[in-house]
Amino acid sequence: MKRYPYIPHTEEDIKEMLSTIGVESIDDLFVDVPKTISPEDLKIPESKDELTVRSIVESLAKKNTFLNDMRVFMGAGIYYRYIPSVVYHMASKPNFVTAYTPYQAEVSQGTLQALFEYQTMISELTGMEVTNASMYDGASALAEGMLMAVRLSKKKKILIASNVHPEYVRATKTYVTPQGIEVVMVAYDRETGQIDLDDLRKSMDDTVGGVAVQYPNFFGIVEDLKAIREVVPENIPLVVSADPIALALLKPPGSLGADIVVGEGQALGNFPSLGGPGFGFFSTKMKYVRMMPGRLIGQTKDVDGKTGYVMILQTREQHIRRSKATSNICSNHAHNAVMAAIYMSTMGKEGIFEVAKRSANTAHYLAKNLEERGFKLSFKGPFLFEFVFNAGEDYEKRWKGMVKKGILGPLPMGRFFSDMNDRALAATTEMVKKEDIEALLEAII
Amino acid sequence: MTIFDRSKKGRRAYTLPEYDVPEVDLGIPEHLLREERPELPEVYEVDVVRHYADLEAKNYSVDRGFYPLGSCTMKYNPKLNEDMAALFRWLHPYQPIETIQGALQLMYELKEMLMEITGTDDMTLTPSAGAHGELTGMLIIRAYHLDKGDVKRTKVIVPDSAHGTNPASATMAGFKVIEIKSSDEGLVDLKELEKELDDTTAAIMLTNPNTLGYFERDIVKISEMAHEAGALLYYDGANLNAIIGRARPGDMGFDVVHLNLHKTFSTPHGMGGPGSGPIGVKNFLRDFLPVPVVRREKGDYYLDYNLPKSIGMVRSFYGNFGVLVKAYTYILTMGKDGLRMASDMAVLNANYLKKLIGEFYPVAYDKDEKRPCMHEFVADGTKLLKETGVKTLDVAKALLDRGFHAPTIYFPLIVHEALMIEPTETETKETLEAFANAMKEIVEEARRNPEKLKEAPVNTPVRRLDEATASRKPIVKWPKG
Amino acid sequence: MMKKYTKTHEWVEVIEESRARMGISDHAQDQLGDIVYLDLPEVGSEFKKGEVLTTIESVKSAEDIYAPISGKVTAVNEDLSDHPELINQDAEGKGWIAEMEMVDPSEMDDLLTEEEYKKFVEEEG
Repeated sequence: MKRYPYIPHTEEDIKEMLSTIGVESIDDLFVDVPKTISPEDLKIPESKDELTVRSIVESLAKKNTFLNDMRVFMGAGIYYRYIPSVVYHMASKPNFVTAYTPYQAEVSQGTLQALFEYQTMISELTGMEVTNASMYDGASALAEGMLMAVRLSKKKKILIASNVHPEYVRATKTYVTPQGIEVVMVAYDRETGQIDLDDLRKSMDDTVGGVAVQYPNFFGIVEDLKAIREVVPENIPLVVSADPIALALLKPPGSLGADIVVGEGQALGNFPSLGGPGFGFFSTKMKYVRMMPGRLIGQTKDVDGKTGYVMILQTREQHIRRSKATSNICSNHAHNAVMAAIYMSTMGKEGIFEVAKRSANTAHYLAKNLEERGFKLSFKGPFLFEFVFNAGEDYEKRWKGMVKKGILGPLPMGRFFSDMNDRALAATTEMVKKEDIEALLEAII
Repeated sequence: MTIFDRSKKGRRAYTLPEYDVPEVDLGIPEHLLREERPELPEVYEVDVVRHYADLEAKNYSVDRGFYPLGSCTMKYNPKLNEDMAALFRWLHPYQPIETIQGALQLMYELKEMLMEITGTDDMTLTPSAGAHGELTGMLIIRAYHLDKGDVKRTKVIVPDSAHGTNPASATMAGFKVIEIKSSDEGLVDLKELEKELDDTTAAIMLTNPNTLGYFERDIVKISEMAHEAGALLYYDGANLNAIIGRARPGDMGFDVVHLNLHKTFSTPHGMGGPGSGPIGVKNFLRDFLPVPVVRREKGDYYLDYNLPKSIGMVRSFYGNFGVLVKAYTYILTMGKDGLRMASDMAVLNANYLKKLIGEFYPVAYDKDEKRPCMHEFVADGTKLLKETGVKTLDVAKALLDRGFHAPTIYFPLIVHEALMIEPTETETKETLEAFANAMKEIVEEARRNPEKLKEAPVNTPVRRLDEATASRKPIVKWPKG
Repeated sequence: MMKKYTKTHEWVEVIEESRARMGISDHAQDQLGDIVYLDLPEVGSEFKKGEVLTTIESVKSAEDIYAPISGKVTAVNEDLSDHPELINQDAEGKGWIAEMEMVDPSEMDDLLTEEEYKKFVEEEG
């Protein structure tokens, strides 16, 4: 009998177990199953030893160029930031990695408390009262945010600023359309790169049930949330998709009238990992908590009066409310959220601020140098660590060429906006040094 | 103690290199900037380590012991998988396609293998979890009917034993959900199905084996009925671990199949996620898949966004790639022979444990004792409750005291005092016997001293928590000061 | 005063002429366990007998409450917003949910008497 490292059964075990059960063979256990395939017929390789598997996967890994071998100037939702060793080490502990959803609270206090602290930290960044225990990613979090907005307003039309991440817009449309919700895109101001307030005003009528903006927006420009809130009536939920590192510098959306704040949390101590898994965060006001999707952790006491943590308001969720649940979400991205909590603990209030400030200063330095070399910035609005500039014709070709020089240059925008074929979206983080900028400036021409 | 309680002004756990970029004016208007720093903890590195080490020690996990949560497939999570995933951490989704060929090849090969396992013709790896896959699958079904101009199909049929995500996902996809009663064998009742099935039915969602642990032996008939009525058949893959290498959902007549890589394919659950929920479809549905789809042309791999009938995107980027690497590694390790062995041993373990526990604890829908269960079974505590006043909840808590994680409790909803037990193939005969003994001890205790069980657990980091107050007056963040 | 019950476990009691007070039965609260939330119906809203009046939540379940009679809601028990546990403590007294102006007092005739309800519960469970 062939042996496998993760299966313990000896031939003797199998014989004894079958005899206890009272059947002759394993096949007898499958009497109800129509035999549609034999394993011999499956076009899948035979089992392999660990060394062989390792070398196969390693050879695939070698067929990539990794961010840590390049000078990186690309963001657009996923950021190349430094992750201190302590973050991954603590997050990789087996009782974090191999635990399930904290259904049995008494033996899941580690999970529950870590998520409770995560909720606290994200609420601090977003300036909101309550944050759930995570969503899949920034895009699905925005989509769920818009569904919640419609639940609150009971009106089936939503407005989305056209400078929101294009993939977030697509995902939101996918989520809301089947529920009969109409999506109207609001133009952006060609000069500032911010949402066009006039167009927003024009689009606003009493059938609108929610407005989505990004902060900073996809072009890196900081929206004036206060001005937007003034256009969006109080009874229409304003949903803000925010970058968590930017929130260390910017006024929290909660203080500027946002009703729901969502975003992609990867930048908080999670690996880029080809775009996943990061996690989505989701915050709102306490008065809306019963309309919120996802798991929520609360603090309480045990029978001896000891402080402990439990999942709360579960009646919102699919396992209880089924077709009337606030969302179908079950598995979330708890491990990524806990990694973010460890990152935020490590960086602390000063560290996150410092990272955000450096990233922004570096971007502005890069922008200044690009302008001096004749590359025009596309928008005049205030930006932090991402900005759009005119990179000239055939930029995409130069962009690919730069990779050979070890530079992952600013993202060509043509793939998202057909009128931006000559534009590029640059991003800088605390990983970018002066010499990296010099190398880019030399290579980009 | 929380991390905030450890905080002391002036402590630091981070360092950053000398900053050599000249300072420039950011030109950001003052009114857009934060007035105060966000109140995050100020601790040094040892605090971080001790705090999270302390929290981690309060968790039960697969690495610590038996975790028989029904329908969750808490099998061992191989360490090699984690190491292999770590190789691919530093990739940006928007890198030039030429620089991520290895990652795309891995995705492509994983997709091909999963299609082979499920008997489907194309697949998306993008959905982030089982429920996300369900939503994606139901949106594909919706798009298919609408594309044919068949606008009447507004309802979806699910059995009353289904996971809560099924009705929730179907509702999110814009359908009305009809729940049908299970038969007294715990299977889909064909008469009930026939009553509901008509030209307004978009799909039937089934878990097979179902959540009671039984295989829907009428599946071929159900498939015929569905397709005759013009409806599609959706496979919830939560329980696929029972049948790999023996039967393929695609061959049984399922049109859309979802997988839980974090169940069947050994990727860890990470306290509730991330998971991954690929969706396989039959040929006639491939045009509706979400974008992008990984494809190969002349040895090069690329991301296909050009699907005019696509449902769109269901999230950003390409899904939980890090999870995909782990599942890929697992399938390479196990091979087709090992995957079949895993299913066989999962079913053997469940039947063995059912036999041991069935001696003293009734099993739901087990009138025909000869009928084997698949990879899981449901024990029913109704009798114990009537006789002793001890609830399933008390039994679960007593198991925690004895060093085991409890099974899934109070699900499926059609068994009132349900304990849903899934041992998986990665547990030994000895572990199963120890668990059965613990269950037996608890039943004996229930008859002897039921009040003591209501006190359980006593050996855990905290004891029973006041959930009612926690939900009545929610405290959802650390109360400052 | 006349007090009747429904098969969906609500009670209703006529408190003056066409005005009635309603809530869920003591048996229902016992089945639900610790009540954590009740979405109070809006004063002024109208319901037909058997329509969903509101939803009640315990820690692990959420159940609909049906209007036991047709009519307009004239008052709700505001104390329940902060103290839903009143329903556990005194479901058929301090834990009342709403008062309604009855449209058709004869609807009361079709409901169960206390004895009939008790018998119904025994048979059901």
